[in-house]
Amino acid sequence: MVPRPRISRRKLEELFFQGLMIISTVGVLGSLLLILGTIVWRGLPALDLAMITQTPKGGYYLGQEGGILNAIVGSLYLALGGTLLSMVASLPIALYLHFYAARSRWAEVVRLALDVLWGIPSIVYGAFGFLLMLWLGMRASLLGGIITLAFLELPIMARGMDEAIAMVPAALKEASYALGATRFETAARIVVRQTAPGLLTAVLLAFGRAIGDAASVLFTAGYTDRLPDSLLSPVASLPLAVFFQLGTPFPKVQERAYASALVLTVIVLVLSVLSRWLSRRLTRHVIR
Amino acid sequence: MTEPLIEIRDLNVWYGTEHALKGITVDIPARQITAVIGPSGCGKTTLLRSLNRLLEETEGTRVTGQVLLDGVNIYDRGVDVTEVRTRVGMLAPKPFPLPMSIYDNVAYGRRIHGLPVLDKGNGRHLDRIVERYLRAAGLWEEVKDRLHSPASGLSTGQQQRLCLARALAVEPEVLLCDEPTSALDPISAQRIEEQLRAIKTETTIVVVTHSLRQAHRLADYLIFLWLGELVEAGPARQVFQNPRDERTRAYLAGDIG
Amino acid sequence: MAWRTREQVTAVIRQRRRRTDRLAERLMAALSAACVLLVPLIAAALWLRAWPILRTRPLGDLLFSTVWRPQQGAFGFFPFIMGTLWVTAVAMVLAVPPSLLTAIYLAEYAPPRLRAVANPLIDLLAGIPSVVYGVWGVVVVVPLVGQRVGPLLHRWLGVVPLFRQDNPTGYSILAGGIVLAVMVFPIIIAVAQDVIRAVPQGLREASLALGATRWQTVRNVVLRRAWAGVMAAIMLGFSRAFGETMAVLMVVGNIPQVPRSILDAAYPLTALIANNYGEMMSIPLYDAALMGGALILLAIVLVFNVAARAVLVRWVGS
Ligand SMILES: Nc1ncnc2c1ncn2[C@@H]1O[C@H](COP(=O)(O)OP(=O)(O)O)[C@@H](O)[C@H]1O
Ligand SMILES: [Mg+2]
Repeated sequence: MVPRPRISRRKLEELFFQGLMIISTVGVLGSLLLILGTIVWRGLPALDLAMITQTPKGGYYLGQEGGILNAIVGSLYLALGGTLLSMVASLPIALYLHFYAARSRWAEVVRLALDVLWGIPSIVYGAFGFLLMLWLGMRASLLGGIITLAFLELPIMARGMDEAIAMVPAALKEASYALGATRFETAARIVVRQTAPGLLTAVLLAFGRAIGDAASVLFTAGYTDRLPDSLLSPVASLPLAVFFQLGTPFPKVQERAYASALVLTVIVLVLSVLSRWLSRRLTRHVIR
Repeated sequence: MTEPLIEIRDLNVWYGTEHALKGITVDIPARQITAVIGPSGCGKTTLLRSLNRLLEETEGTRVTGQVLLDGVNIYDRGVDVTEVRTRVGMLAPKPFPLPMSIYDNVAYGRRIHGLPVLDKGNGRHLDRIVERYLRAAGLWEEVKDRLHSPASGLSTGQQQRLCLARALAVEPEVLLCDEPTSALDPISAQRIEEQLRAIKTETTIVVVTHSLRQAHRLADYLIFLWLGELVEAGPARQVFQNPRDERTRAYLAGDIG
Repeated sequence: MAWRTREQVTAVIRQRRRRTDRLAERLMAALSAACVLLVPLIAAALWLRAWPILRTRPLGDLLFSTVWRPQQGAFGFFPFIMGTLWVTAVAMVLAVPPSLLTAIYLAEYAPPRLRAVANPLIDLLAGIPSVVYGVWGVVVVVPLVGQRVGPLLHRWLGVVPLFRQDNPTGYSILAGGIVLAVMVFPIIIAVAQDVIRAVPQGLREASLALGATRWQTVRNVVLRRAWAGVMAAIMLGFSRAFGETMAVLMVVGNIPQVPRSILDAAYPLTALIANNYGEMMSIPLYDAALMGGALILLAIVLVFNVAARAVLVRWVGS
């Protein structure tokens, strides 16, 4: 008789956990793919050219003519504006953390604040933005949405930039100082160029968060079927378009909600691929 | 030469496309200290890591040929790699204390092999084993009052001796040492050397070193590598005094490498 | 105007550069200070707006009363707080084990080629908007919970109140938890994987060289070393799940009750605020109540942040 191989307890444990891990990985990746699959499968049939080239006509929400161009344009304006505004604050803060407040207590306080801000729910930003606008006497508008999104994006972008700048070798900074450059010159000319891919990644990450966020613009940007014509006019957004259309009792409109979700997903995915591609291109100019 | 414990047969190693070891065939004698010398980048570390199959941890490596431990090829399909590594211990160039107490570091190997189950009969048994190997590594006196504090609190020299105790506690037949003193101050280095000499009566030791003086002090047997090839191997005295190959002669004279 | 000497010109330039530098420093410092002040500012704004209700009702009543009738001026937040906590807890219970196992698998076991496919995919999916997760929840998860998972749980585990199904719609805490769990998978996996891979290879090899199996190495060495970072990864996931509005709102049922079972409907705070912002100006005190809800969310976030930090400091310290 052949002696039975003795499988020790630790071998069993190894196999058991490996099995669990493989099941988990398959399950996680599978569920994520399932989401993409569901959105494509439900959204594609209802998607046509009119959806993305027309604004809602009368009776659109009852299932008649029109499209969601108002929401697409609105979302792009909102996210673009919010991102630009947030960038104006994030980049200086991130540079400040490394050039003027490096390794200080204050830098830790700022980072802590950014972490806390990161964790604040977007609906709270929405409520805050709403209150700000009340005090300023503004109505729900593109500008209100942009300001609120800028707050929401600030911690995401600033932390991302902070991490990107942290990668810069100290030697590069020192080389610049040694040439007599001031801290500002080093930061603005050398380090920003050196870290461009990382900074860009942070910006696009924040943009993606902004374009997909519904809760913060709910209070502050309003919703309208028309294209925005000024910063002070209300503006539609894709996430809300999805939400409102799904909430109607008409199957035809609900299908358009799926199609809108597909449009939103495609925008975000294109953005993500673009960010990868851009950061790879920019990396060519980086000294290692 | 005594009975060989490890027989290396036509061993080749590639890192991706880089051919790092080329057709090495050599025997390593039991219960002696074998020193592997050669200029840096010649494949010493690679050779050492092929003896306990730790090379597999580097992505993109490929190994052909045989390493026979007691006549069994450790690269055979049926061979359990953890078993190989239990029998062939290792001391890395830099100490890597595990993130746990000094005591647990030494006990780690026995615990993962389920040996404390055997130790259970006598509650104090594991304590005694930890003590024995901390003594064997020459560390006991320095740490006996803080066995349960984190190992990361030790100095580099102490950490390296802790790593030695940790390796010895598994009672390996072979101990591989990759430049074990390169990160240490002279006193700590001397301690490690003393301990290695003391344990060679029971353990086969392979030491990689870039210091010819260390090789002189320690080695019974010498292997000289050059650009991934075995140039010369033999009893240390003979190779030092009477090298057969021109490259060995030049290296020992300090002309190359 | 007289010609200036070369030295004078350089001096002027140097002075200008230095002035720019100082100006930049001041501007940046001001922005950083504003950023630090933002949290108290948000808190203060919400507090001011919620003041009418905070002033007229004892805090205990607001937090622990279960009666929510805005028209009659009864504002008990307890059902909503419980809704938020239940959904988040279920999400984390469902998300953490598979996320960590996947992170470990990808960092320690997976062949490089699988990793090269899986990680970009996970990154991609981290960016998908929550409303899309919500749509998926409505289309797939809610029916699944209502018709399959719910009855199954009820049949086999129904003796435990936690798994009773009195609500056949599927719009439930479990549905919300599942959607949120899938939503935080990418976050936890990405961060945990980074943390695990940052553990020095030499440490891993030290354990493997003693004859440890890979899992033993992971459990005893890698995870022990990466513990703080793994906790941070979980915390990020928690923050994201806790504050999520849309995805939850769409699948959780939105009934103001204190849930008893994960198959009950619930009404998280975020959903409460989002659903009622439209009418909050038309009922007295309603706006104060909703801003108070936002304040409660903020307070929980802050308390949690501080607690997590304290725990981490203690663990890392030892
Ligand atoms: N992880 C690796 N990847 C690629 N090449 C490697 C790797 N490790 C070692 N090498 C190459 O293999 C050769 C032998 O290296 P090594 O065994 O470390 O030499 P030694 O220890 O004698 O200095 C060297 O040329 C080195 O560049
Ligand atoms: Mg080496």
